[in-house]
Amino acid sequence: MPKYLLSGHQVDNYVPTPEDLAMIDTIHALNREMIAAGVRIFACGVSPAAQAKTLRAQPDGGVFITDGPYLETKEHLGGFWILECADMDQAVAWARKGVVACRFPVEVRELLFFPAPEESTGQ
Amino acid sequence: MTDIHKTIEAVWKIESTRLIAAIARVTRDIGIAEELAQDALVTALEVWPEEGIPDNPAAWLMTAAKRRALDFLRRGRMLVQKHEEITREFEFQQQQLADAMDQALDQVIDDDVLRLIFTACHPVLAVDGRIALTLRLIGGLTTAEIARAFLVPEKTMGQRIFRAKKTLSEAHVPFETPRGDELRRRVESVLSVIYLIFNEGYTATSGDEWMRAALCDEAVRLGRMLVQLLPGESEVHGLLALMELQASRTAARRGRNGEAVLLPDQDRSLWDYAQIQRGMAALGHARRLGGGAGNYALQAAIAACHTRVRRAEETDWERIVLLYDALMQTTPSPIVALNRAVAVGMAQGPAAGLEALDAVGRLAGDSALAGYHLLPCVRGDLLMKMGRFTEAREEIQRAIAMTQNLREQELLTERLKQIEKATLSA
Repeated sequence: MPKYLLSGHQVDNYVPTPEDLAMIDTIHALNREMIAAGVRIFACGVSPAAQAKTLRAQPDGGVFITDGPYLETKEHLGGFWILECADMDQAVAWARKGVVACRFPVEVRELLFFPAPEESTGQ
Repeated sequence: MTDIHKTIEAVWKIESTRLIAAIARVTRDIGIAEELAQDALVTALEVWPEEGIPDNPAAWLMTAAKRRALDFLRRGRMLVQKHEEITREFEFQQQQLADAMDQALDQVIDDDVLRLIFTACHPVLAVDGRIALTLRLIGGLTTAEIARAFLVPEKTMGQRIFRAKKTLSEAHVPFETPRGDELRRRVESVLSVIYLIFNEGYTATSGDEWMRAALCDEAVRLGRMLVQLLPGESEVHGLLALMELQASRTAARRGRNGEAVLLPDQDRSLWDYAQIQRGMAALGHARRLGGGAGNYALQAAIAACHTRVRRAEETDWERIVLLYDALMQTTPSPIVALNRAVAVGMAQGPAAGLEALDAVGRLAGDSALAGYHLLPCVRGDLLMKMGRFTEAREEIQRAIAMTQNLREQELLTERLKQIEKATLSA
């Protein structure tokens, strides 16, 4: 079954209002609904972009590490779901519920490539 | 289909089960609940293209269904509504229904979905009726899709669903979760319906490839739903494990030209290892609940023997024979015995396998297995390994004549060629 990444993007330095805190219950409820519907594979939230590290390959073959996110934008990945759905339309229907629940923009991408564990590739 | 219609269809697929389940809590009749939910869908198809998709499609559909339910009640009452007293009573009932629906809307509870599953898989129904209702009410599939999956005309499937709903209504099947001893029996019925749906998709006797994949996916999803609803039932985990482990090989089961690829020849890098992990976890659950010797858990354990090793040659066939022995204790059948004979052939050599197989043949006699193409197919394989090519050829030819499945015929014809080649070089 196709798998989809539903990523939620949060504004930086986000400080939740009391209203937002009530929203957390809504998000929990949506997660329960996804599990009950048998579509949720994984879900998580990630630490703020300010705490990110970005690694870049250098022309000399080395790796350069900087503090902070890769993209200089005002919104960054806040968390994501991985769902199994019949098609993109259904993934989008779940994402719609995600947007209503958390109010952040949600991006939907189909997951295409799943490398097998190393020991099973050597035929 | 326009984009908005595709959106509505997708919304319907993810919302319909909970919607029908919630309405059924009020109407106590899943046939009526489904019709009311369908009416709500028709309204959505009229309104949403004009006004856009509502923020909360589930709540919108529920409100529309509530309006339909009140209309439905009103129509029924119009006939007897002659004097004021009845009108007042009706208004009271109407208010009660509205309140109950509001409550159902506020808290669609998992128990409703579980009751819906138990009702759709009720033993009062013929097995094909249970399958059709389950796909329709819990899978959210359309009658046309179910008909396509089972290769019957849409009209036939429509009648099947209609009859099933009528049977439930006439038998006054209560909308409830069974308890005690009854629960175990009813869980078995639900599990067998889900596994039949899975197998219909997985073993592909013929027909629509895409729809069959959808059946497998739907069965696995139903299994995942069910472990959430009945976390204490070991066989529910056992069935989920079995389906996850079998489904994990889907990508490797077809070659480049759509030909069937059997387990020993599969490219194991194409297996879905995340799914294997989920299958193993589910099997672990079943065992921790003390259900390791359950019918589905044992079959899952056999599937796990295959997924555990990186090369076909490393398969622990001795262990598989033991698991089949256990399966013969819990659920003896000619098919299990046949599979056991294959395992014996792998573990102890073709002669031992042939001996076990001939015992199965005697057991099967004139039963359905006598016309089962896998019997001569396995026999042919074993004879070939023993170098008895003439007999092997006869068996494979018999097997070809016994199957209607083109893919299997191709596979068997390929086997014939191998025998010819082996005969020449012998």
